[in-house]
Amino acid sequence: MNDTTNHTTDDSTDHSTDDRTEDARGARPTFGQRRKDRIDQLATAGTVDDEPGVSLIRSAWKRLRRNPIFLIGAAITLAFIVLAIISPWIAPWDVTARPLLDKVRPQSNPVPGPEPGHFLGADDRGRDLFSRLLVGSRQTLIVGVVATLFGLLGGLTLGTIAGAVGGWVDSLVMRIVDVMLSIPSLLLAFTVASLARNPSQWTLVIAIAIIQVPIFARLLRGSMLAQRASDHVLAARSLGVRPTAIVFRHMLPNALGPVIVQATLSLAVAIIDAAALSFLGLGNPDQSQPEWGQMLGRAQPFITEAPHLAFYPAGCIIVVALGFTLMGESLREALDPKTRR
Amino acid sequence: MIRFVVRRLLQMCVVVIVLSMLVFLWLRSLPGGPVSAILGERQTPERVAALEKALGLDQPLPVQYLKFVERAVHGNFGVSTKVLPGEDAFQVFLDRLPATIELSVLAMLLAIALGIPLGYLAARRRGSITDTGAVIFSLVGVAVPVFFTAFLLKYFFAVEWNLLPVSGRQSTGLDATRVTGMFVLDGILTREWDASWDALKHLILPSLALATIPFAVIFRITRASVLDVLDEDYVRTAEAKGLTTRVIRARHVLRNAMLPVVTTIGLQIGGLLAGAVLTETVFSYRGVGDALATAFREKDYPVLQVLILAAAVIYVLVNLLVDIAYAVIDPRIRTR
Repeated sequence: MNDTTNHTTDDSTDHSTDDRTEDARGARPTFGQRRKDRIDQLATAGTVDDEPGVSLIRSAWKRLRRNPIFLIGAAITLAFIVLAIISPWIAPWDVTARPLLDKVRPQSNPVPGPEPGHFLGADDRGRDLFSRLLVGSRQTLIVGVVATLFGLLGGLTLGTIAGAVGGWVDSLVMRIVDVMLSIPSLLLAFTVASLARNPSQWTLVIAIAIIQVPIFARLLRGSMLAQRASDHVLAARSLGVRPTAIVFRHMLPNALGPVIVQATLSLAVAIIDAAALSFLGLGNPDQSQPEWGQMLGRAQPFITEAPHLAFYPAGCIIVVALGFTLMGESLREALDPKTRR
Repeated sequence: MIRFVVRRLLQMCVVVIVLSMLVFLWLRSLPGGPVSAILGERQTPERVAALEKALGLDQPLPVQYLKFVERAVHGNFGVSTKVLPGEDAFQVFLDRLPATIELSVLAMLLAIALGIPLGYLAARRRGSITDTGAVIFSLVGVAVPVFFTAFLLKYFFAVEWNLLPVSGRQSTGLDATRVTGMFVLDGILTREWDASWDALKHLILPSLALATIPFAVIFRITRASVLDVLDEDYVRTAEAKGLTTRVIRARHVLRNAMLPVVTTIGLQIGGLLAGAVLTETVFSYRGVGDALATAFREKDYPVLQVLILAAAVIYVLVNLLVDIAYAVIDPRIRTR
């Protein structure tokens, strides 16, 4: 009963229970009194366990708020987003400037080490590594978020059509989705990205969005089908609600839960996959816009002399991906009715 | 059971046919079309016209597609332009396949051999240090890009500590006899133990890198599935009947908990193919993945066609096998 989100009526019963037990202890206990107390306690105990009128989202939030895993994930995600937004203003150097160019010696010292003003040193072209890491968060965030959004939109459209219409439309859409799922997803992304004549960050976005479409479509179609068979949709239909209104007001909002969880997890996968594409040289070749995957790929030849060139961007990718994964996993656990016990 | 297999085979055929159409159209939709992809910078209008005629590209699309299928069935996809210039594209695939089979089989064995027992242990000791540690490890394992795991392993074990070879499949200068193309197996078959041992040493790091993600996923699914089964009524019934713990664990818990794990293993094989592209690139391991990476980077379309089609067919086939295995383990599936 220590939940602040509970109704005021619950709070009042709480107090009265406390008062009564104190009274019972203080007063001389009679046989009838004790029995009455016990029945009253049982009655209040029943209402307490039921937690009347708490929605799934509210009870999920209640559990999330105290879940350290969710809080860590959310903190990482928030810090990353804030950093990505303000990075161009706090980065000490311009990402295209080459202040340490004269220190680069291809034979003896290909990657200048740390020195005052450049506390992570520079990359193989004499650019300040720390500034590029900071600004790199931008591209990574944009690619991850935009790709997931596009994938979500595509999947939502296909899944809603399939789940709402049913019949042969459903079969057709699902066969297309099955074929898309029959190619290992990262391979599909490589294939799509290799189509681009002039690769840019949008190549990454589109390639990663496409591999997410079938996943979201399948997920949404499944929960839409479950909604179609549910009692509240039957009730709406029998009341004569228009079919479009049933789909968009009654079915879709109720079917979105698992999709939102998947989207959080997809953000992590999108960031890792984008890094893989950049690593293979299928991403944005424009180095004036640093991106962690690209930096990691370019660090490969310097494995013996300067492994830190790979460690920093990889560390950033791992922390951010972990943040999204932790958030997604704890969201899934909180929304899963099985774990509510 | 036979009806089930036949139905799944038919479904598979549909997927493969649609896939072949997609790969065919994919090549047609390349910037500038297939001709400019082949000619590259040497292209002139006359050359384009001549080559289009020679390749039958002036004919209608359905006719072109049928010809494409006819050639594909005979393994004729054209000649590699960049990966192994002049070599037949299908031959490139056949040459590279054993290396990748060797690598993926070892990686998958590692993932299964570590993932299932650990997942089972973690579920039985839920909330213990072992459990929490393993869960954290598997969460981090999924967040680390495969190529960075490969990079880390390479940096520490090969470069820094000099324990294992940095790259390749076998040391140069070893005069090993080739039988199957899988070097470890070849060495065993021909009793050239030093060659086999050398090939195995080259395999350890790439297969460890490749195994991380399947391991993490198999571990988590096993743990969740065992936890679910432990809660089931039939487990309580078995306990109440007075069966020994060993019998309950082996017959009731483990067998039922393995169902989702089998599906997951099948699904992971697709990811393994993509992971092989990245791992093989880091270790310069000459397999299908390395060929794919080069073909993507250098735009070697004949090779890409073969490899993508082959990867998809292998993936579909493996999933068919998984479905059959599933039906064998769980009789309820067959009737559906």
